[in-house]
Amino acid sequence: MSEYVLEMRDIVKSFPGVRALKGVQLKVRPGQVHALLGENGAGKSTLMKCLIGIYQKDSGTILYKGKETNFSNVYEALSSGISMIHQELTPVPARSVCENVWMGREPCKGILVDHKAMREKTKQLFDRLDVSIDPDAVMSSLTVAQMQMVEIVKAVSYDSDIVVMDEPTSSLTETEVENLFRIIGQLKEQGVAVIYISHKMDEIFRICDEITTFRDGEYISTDKVDEIDINTLITKMVGRELTQMFPKVECPIGETVLRVEHLSVPHLVHDVSFELRRGEILGFAGLVGAGRTELVEAIFGLRRKSQGKVYKDGKELQIKNPGDAIHNRIVLLTEDRRGQGTVGVRSVADNIVLSALERYGFPIRHREIRKDSTEYIEQLSIKTTGIHQLVMDLSGGNQQKVLVARLLLNDPDILIVDEPTRGIDVGAKSEIHAIITQLASMGKAIILISSELPEILGMSDRILVMHEGSMKAILDRREANQETIMSYATGGVEQ
Amino acid sequence: MEVQKIKRFTSTHSIWLVLVVMVIFTAVMNPRFLSMDNLHNILMTEAVIGILAAGVMWCILAKGIDLSLGSVVALVSVVSASFVQVFDYGSKLFPNLPDLPIGVGVAAGIAVGTLIGLINGLLVAYTKIPPFIATLGTQLIARSLAQLYTNAYPVPTLKPEFKALGQGWFLGMPNIVWFMVIILAISGFMLTQTRFGKNIYAIGGNEQAARVAGIHVEKNLIKVYTWSCFCAAVGGVLLAARAGSGNSSYGLNYELDAIAAVTVGGTSHSGGICRISGVIAGILILGVLKNAMIFIGINPYVQQAIKGAIIIGAVVFDMRKNAKKA
Repeated sequence: MSEYVLEMRDIVKSFPGVRALKGVQLKVRPGQVHALLGENGAGKSTLMKCLIGIYQKDSGTILYKGKETNFSNVYEALSSGISMIHQELTPVPARSVCENVWMGREPCKGILVDHKAMREKTKQLFDRLDVSIDPDAVMSSLTVAQMQMVEIVKAVSYDSDIVVMDEPTSSLTETEVENLFRIIGQLKEQGVAVIYISHKMDEIFRICDEITTFRDGEYISTDKVDEIDINTLITKMVGRELTQMFPKVECPIGETVLRVEHLSVPHLVHDVSFELRRGEILGFAGLVGAGRTELVEAIFGLRRKSQGKVYKDGKELQIKNPGDAIHNRIVLLTEDRRGQGTVGVRSVADNIVLSALERYGFPIRHREIRKDSTEYIEQLSIKTTGIHQLVMDLSGGNQQKVLVARLLLNDPDILIVDEPTRGIDVGAKSEIHAIITQLASMGKAIILISSELPEILGMSDRILVMHEGSMKAILDRREANQETIMSYATGGVEQ
Repeated sequence: MEVQKIKRFTSTHSIWLVLVVMVIFTAVMNPRFLSMDNLHNILMTEAVIGILAAGVMWCILAKGIDLSLGSVVALVSVVSASFVQVFDYGSKLFPNLPDLPIGVGVAAGIAVGTLIGLINGLLVAYTKIPPFIATLGTQLIARSLAQLYTNAYPVPTLKPEFKALGQGWFLGMPNIVWFMVIILAISGFMLTQTRFGKNIYAIGGNEQAARVAGIHVEKNLIKVYTWSCFCAAVGGVLLAARAGSGNSSYGLNYELDAIAAVTVGGTSHSGGICRISGVIAGILILGVLKNAMIFIGINPYVQQAIKGAIIIGAVVFDMRKNAKKA
């Protein structure tokens, strides 16, 4: 038996169009907390999903307790002693806390569920782990933080040898974080290995023993926590060369067109103020969940703001819904292309003209729709069999271009583009970058949200960095680099 | 190329082919099926269902449903009938009512029906309860109102001018069929030629995307459910006119027949897919089927089963066609 409880070697995993894991490794010792570190999309969660049987690896070896293992589903992984706390919570909201904890393995008497035993066992667990939640409470009555604690308790209750925690503290308050760390301490004493995925440097340095870093689906290094400092670690995380993917053209920056003052969204965005000028690309950097999308949704009228004012050209705007925003020539390219962007069952033309239908009159002048959409198909070189093709039959990149066409048809002054190149191939990516740059040079003002630092750095004139709903810094293009942005985004540097 | 064209034509119009095949088959089995009288009879029987279909197709297109239609037909039939009973008829519902023009009865009926639709729309748009539940509730309420209004007695002996709406003929067709044609034409026009139609296609296809694109989803949903019950109200007035009386038991399960026609016509219950030509074909297919089964002499107890099988078959076929595309 080796010194490792888990060894993953040369793991490769591809998705259509993307190689998410390009032969990575991870070695975890029993009784240790092992941090898995990397930017969004570096492949951390994918590797963990390969481990517990949600995904099947394409190639590579997984040795668990010295034996080669390959779980084909989560149930197998759980019964072999590997449990996981997922980043996204999956509670059954209408059932009680204890039913959620014991779901799928309810203690039984014969064929009947033994509710009394279930409640007792939950109580014991909660007592042992110092969690004060009523086992009989309905799940939906809990706060998000409490639900997260239930999820943690559930993962621990399997008496696993390995517990994977994917961003477990993202919705916890400070006292609960302390509680979690105490639980992790207990687990260590019992010889359990914890794989800890987090972006929060302070946490990692406090509770972890070893750190494995990934970047773009590749293994970078494994270090002992007391032999490395934050800056080296950040460089390892992001340290790649900026490619020529970003055709940034210097263009004159004009007067202020958008001013946002003290904008807040309950629990998500706290008092953000900034200005945006004509011809400028303002990058929004931050980790997933930093509140960037919520901030622009509030500006665009998709989300109610609790306070704050938005001015365009010096006039205060009253935006109650996206329609108001579009009338004020503010448009949004959503990050959730399928969920909030395209209408898949409708044609390319219908999708392009969707938010500009007013201009086609009554009855609708179909010839103009045909003319306009054909024009944009050519201008943006959208690859389609024609304006009648259904949007769901297009590739991701071309769907994105259809949405860009929809924005442009409204002749906007301000474009908010949220993760414009997520999940699309490299070719379409640089085309979209070129379009954005071109729009800026035409005097449009652009807000670019991206979780890819090279994209932010390559495209933006200024960069606004957010951390947990607050604005941490606005950096000029010249003073910004990956390390400074990352330290602001992880909350490492205080203002 | 030619082959592909034919393939595409048959694939988009396959439902019309089904109709043609049904007609030919029945005509061969019994030539009297094609007599003018019988064809008029089919259209007349289906007219009210067809009018309801022109309404409920919008709800289904918007990923909803309207179960209240049949009850709205009943309520509207008694309300409008109560205003157009022959003046010197002895047992009028309102004995002291002055002699009113029939327009009052029509308007009152349409207004009551449309109001129920507005309520449906408000419920669906703002309380976010599922349309199935909202309109199931108003279905029961509307039926109950119709019974309360009349004590569940019929409202007979209507003025001849009113009855002419449902019993008269115009240009060789029953009036009631013309009304169906007009309502279907309006629906088809709105569907393809107006912003409203495009908005509903988008809302049904992806509500969130429609919202982000600046479409006021709630307002549009209210319009959809109001239009749906407006159609049912027209159906209720015509049914009262045709039968010569209003009755709180009219229209039972009509909404289900209308939904079946719309569904057979290729309208997707997952929203966003609907063609007026398909809906018309669906109405005709179910109408012809009902009539043909009588002509061929199929055991009445089997007829419902055949209808059921055809509805299921049509949807399975449609889903497969759509799945292949995706």
